[in-house]
Amino acid sequence: MAIRREEVEHVAHLARLHLDGEELDQMTEQLDTILSYVAKLDELDTTGIEPTTHAFSITNAFREDRVEESLDQEAALANGPDHTKDSFVVSRII
Amino acid sequence: MEPYELSITEASERLADKELSSVELTSSCLARIDKTEERINSFISLDSERALARAEAADRERAAGTAGLLCGIPLAIKDLLCTKDRVTTCGSKILENFTPPYDATVVEKLDKQGAVIVGKATMDEFAMGSTSENCAFNIPSNPWNTDYIAGGSSGGSATSVASGQVLGSLGSDTGGSIRLPASLCGIVGMKPTYGRVSRYGLVAFASSLDQIGPLTRNVADCAVMMQSICGYDRRDSTSVDHPVEDYSSFLAEGLKGVRVGVPREYFGDGLDAEVRAVVLNGIEVLRAAGADIVDVSIPKDTRSAGFGPEMKRRILIGTYALSSGYYDAYYKKASQVRSLILEDFRKAWESCDVLVSPVAPTPAWKKGEKVDDPLAMYLSDIFTLSTNLAGLPGLSVPGGFSSNGLPIGIQLQGPHFHEGALIKCGFNLERGLNLETTIPAL
Repeated sequence: MAIRREEVEHVAHLARLHLDGEELDQMTEQLDTILSYVAKLDELDTTGIEPTTHAFSITNAFREDRVEESLDQEAALANGPDHTKDSFVVSRII
Repeated sequence: MEPYELSITEASERLADKELSSVELTSSCLARIDKTEERINSFISLDSERALARAEAADRERAAGTAGLLCGIPLAIKDLLCTKDRVTTCGSKILENFTPPYDATVVEKLDKQGAVIVGKATMDEFAMGSTSENCAFNIPSNPWNTDYIAGGSSGGSATSVASGQVLGSLGSDTGGSIRLPASLCGIVGMKPTYGRVSRYGLVAFASSLDQIGPLTRNVADCAVMMQSICGYDRRDSTSVDHPVEDYSSFLAEGLKGVRVGVPREYFGDGLDAEVRAVVLNGIEVLRAAGADIVDVSIPKDTRSAGFGPEMKRRILIGTYALSSGYYDAYYKKASQVRSLILEDFRKAWESCDVLVSPVAPTPAWKKGEKVDDPLAMYLSDIFTLSTNLAGLPGLSVPGGFSSNGLPIGIQLQGPHFHEGALIKCGFNLERGLNLETTIPAL
């Protein structure tokens, strides 16, 4: 087994996903298949190989530090389920 | 012939010659949508009123002599491209009521060229999937046989064009999401080089892999759409300031001096016999057009990284792979393998100018067939994903049909910013194959 049911349960908690018992069983089985397949990566020797995060790398896309036209607050906040005059209101998580 | 059957290029000629107005063309498309949408499900939202108003405006622009490249052409766009004051759901219930306060750069660009955006196309939820069956609203059907999947994740973008509802569309491609549905629905789909098209206003799936691109009924239309959407955008910090070629100038016959590589790893055991036959036939067509066919190897290719299709599964995998103790084993390892894949391609470009291969290992399959088998579903991306990992451009061109009448595409890949070379090879492939380009009757 590449992953156990308890691990899936733990990861689901970290991701704030609610899975019922049946979903947990199914996810464990499917994730196990996928992770076993991904384990094929281990067949490749990557010792000393630099990781690539962007295939076409651009470094430091800078712009002048000056105020430019942007969305007004009302438009920017319009899609939030709850907001004050100038900020989103979200549930406390810490 | 009804106006909706015209290609972008043909319609533009008629619009220019005043044989057709955009209002007539748009009305023809809307009538086609009325007739077919119940079975095809290309759209999450439609706005006929706005489309007709834009068509009227396009007709005025043309009369005033300010017609853009897509003036008056009805198009669809994938529902993860932000549209100001127009709901953008990403195929998810969670964004059912999301109305973006701004337009994506590509939407602005299409509008600037006079395009008529008819509606927002169905897609897998947040683009995660290969069949469009993970859409929270409508599941698009393959126009060639409505019991079959359209492919995904840009399913509606492909079905709307293939079924004659619009003349072209925009999709997005993270691991094959433009090329796969284009191939399965029998149309042309291009995934441009990473950084070629601005991603500003594209709801991200995997930021270092996503790229927006066009789906059209032929390669010439692909060139026009590319011309309209490519270019540097300061609002996307990964956008590349590289000159945009005149893509239509590559629509010339003859491939003398072009080296076409055939990567042997793409023709292994998992490849469907009919798909193999179509691609091999395509290679002969390229050879007949004057190309030098060379054997190449991309050893590391896509038998590497891999995540399942559906949201919860992907969230779990992502969280797991980045959680304490697993980062090195998965994320870092995959990023290192990505370096190896890039190196394989770099070596391939020493001996060839483009690569020819299948797009998908099989033609479309029946809806529901692979829903419970995430790994099998993932493997449909096996020939397209490495293009994204390496940031390369890729093009899917119709290559033929399976014995039960389903389309099969041929994939062309090239070095960074060599979209022109792909258009040139694709155009010659299309000419040489001379496939019947009918729209299914429905």
